[in-house]
Amino acid sequence: MLDIKNIHASINGKKILKGINLSIKAGEVHAIMGPNGSGKSTLSSILVGNPAFEVTEGEIYFNGKDLLQLSPEERSCEGLFLCFQYPVEIPGVSMVNFMRAAVNGHRKYRGLEPLSASDFLKLMREKRAIVELDNKLASRSVNEGFSGGEKKRNEIFQMAMLEPKLAILDEMDSGLDIDALRIVANGVNQLRTPENAAIVITHYQRLLDYIKPDIVHVLSKGRIVRSGGAELALELEEKGYDWIKD
Amino acid sequence: MTSEQQYIDLFTRHEETVCRHASPVMNALRANALSCFKQSGFPIAGSEDYTHTDVGQAFAPDCGVNINRLAFAVNPYDVFRCDVPNLSTALYFMVNDAFYDKELPKVAFPQGVYVGGLKNFTLLYPEIAARYYGKAANAGTDGIIALNTMLVQDGFVVYVPKGIAVERPIQLINIARSNTALLANRRMLVILEEHASAKLLVCDHSTDDVRFLATQVAEIFSAEGAAFDYYDLEESSESTARFSSVHVKQAAASNVLVNGITLHNGLSRNNYYIELEGEHAEATLCAMSVLDKRQQADTYSRIIHAAPHCTSNELVKNVVNEQASAIFSGRVRVEKDAQKTQASQTNRNLCLTREARVYGKPQLEIYADDVKCSHGMSTGQLDEQALFYMQSRCISKEDARMMLSVAFTADVVEHIRLDILKDRLHTLVEKRFRGELAKCSGCKLTHG
Repeated sequence: MLDIKNIHASINGKKILKGINLSIKAGEVHAIMGPNGSGKSTLSSILVGNPAFEVTEGEIYFNGKDLLQLSPEERSCEGLFLCFQYPVEIPGVSMVNFMRAAVNGHRKYRGLEPLSASDFLKLMREKRAIVELDNKLASRSVNEGFSGGEKKRNEIFQMAMLEPKLAILDEMDSGLDIDALRIVANGVNQLRTPENAAIVITHYQRLLDYIKPDIVHVLSKGRIVRSGGAELALELEEKGYDWIKD
Repeated sequence: MTSEQQYIDLFTRHEETVCRHASPVMNALRANALSCFKQSGFPIAGSEDYTHTDVGQAFAPDCGVNINRLAFAVNPYDVFRCDVPNLSTALYFMVNDAFYDKELPKVAFPQGVYVGGLKNFTLLYPEIAARYYGKAANAGTDGIIALNTMLVQDGFVVYVPKGIAVERPIQLINIARSNTALLANRRMLVILEEHASAKLLVCDHSTDDVRFLATQVAEIFSAEGAAFDYYDLEESSESTARFSSVHVKQAAASNVLVNGITLHNGLSRNNYYIELEGEHAEATLCAMSVLDKRQQADTYSRIIHAAPHCTSNELVKNVVNEQASAIFSGRVRVEKDAQKTQASQTNRNLCLTREARVYGKPQLEIYADDVKCSHGMSTGQLDEQALFYMQSRCISKEDARMMLSVAFTADVVEHIRLDILKDRLHTLVEKRFRGELAKCSGCKLTHG
């Protein structure tokens, strides 16, 4: 599904990623762990096409398409979804208008008519339940005044609405209490199918108790320094990142 | 005095005709207006209050003035056929600067209420008219008011006697219609006696692409405990230059909302003068403009707190695209005795291109010592993070920009206290940003 080959990337001229290779197949969940500043968030940013980051070398193929040639909106339409570590507040844009534009953007890409208002609202209702968001959500501005937990739940809600092939969860556990973490992780697990895949970026093993990875990668100084099964995360938790640094 | 001379000549040569088609109350102010105009002329471009609008240049071309009151062959009810019946407003028209009285809406207002033409009102009720006409807008204030007072022959009046609430919103549509360049001078008089209330929506339209020049002076008197909503929606053409000034006088415990929305225009200068003269009066002044090409909106406001315990809120927002420009100059003045004043003034601008220009001058002048006043101004671009967030959800950059621009102006529309109009305006603003309001699209909008 996803093939990352020798990716180098930088921000403001500063090199962050120095040759990443990663291959993900449908149905798999990959965890990416690593200390602060190792390049985890940079990797997620370049996958979705954040213009602040520059890819200086390498290539990425997503279901056979050259990802780096696609705009952020095309990547979304192709089935890529990033759960933002810091979801953006957009005052004045209601969730319902935001989601309608997003869903219909996807439909247009696939040559489908926009959803009718009633079908759309029905879909909203259905998906909202997955992350236990209340019905006041629709009229509120996107993420404005949302608590930390609500913002993350809102990310998973959007993911449920857009049904991505590959979801990237960037530090989804940061700022969440245990209950919120459980709700969010449950949401993610409910959305898993044999056809889709996920990349879970996290500092801590804790999240991986809820979302079981197939493969764990450890990122350090812009490179993947170790890959292994779920047990690698446990080992890291026990020994700390110093263990893999050398 | 080149621009001015043609108007002085016009008036001195045709004074008799101008007066014959008006009323004694209106005519009584002309001599003074002429001498004020001769003395001050048009405001000078670059002067403190007119830093970026060249009034003299706008008035320099030779535009016709319909002093003989020739009827224009237009039935506004035909031109602006309503798409959806059961519209909730009582609908009136002015064609250029003449009140259209051939056909009037069948509305039974409470007894004593007058809604209609100014000339007629000043003939029917000269004593009431003389008590108010020209009392808020002084010809000595600036040359444009002087010119208007000197040449004006008709206008629109809303008069609501003591204690009466006019529930049905009143709508006035100003249609500019001409085959040749035209100057229209309009006047509006709103009188609300004690505890009266009304809501008025004025839509400004131009139906032809010839050059239109308009002066309009609105005087609003809100007596003790009265409430008035004034919505001024401009949707004219790029060849229209409009010089508007709105003068509000508020007595104790009155509540006035002025909301000026420039959806499409050429050059607009909108002056707002609000005086809070009695305790516990409340004024809300909102204005917004959506500008592109070479459009310009120049918003100027003077809010005077002359009595204690009054509240004023001012919110002015502009979205400026391409080579357009927006100007804001606002001053809130709190007099010595106006203790416990609460005043806020906010000006926010979205400047979307390198060529677009925004000029702002927020000012507070406080002579009392126990007040709560704030003011602020900001100019910026669209939030890049929000844009990317939306794109990553498959909302195209173009749509995302549009949605963020609409969102930027949403709070001005939210201040509208007429639900049906609020909904219409949310849609209209969105259409404007989508480029679907390239020019005046008629009043279907406000009815549909």
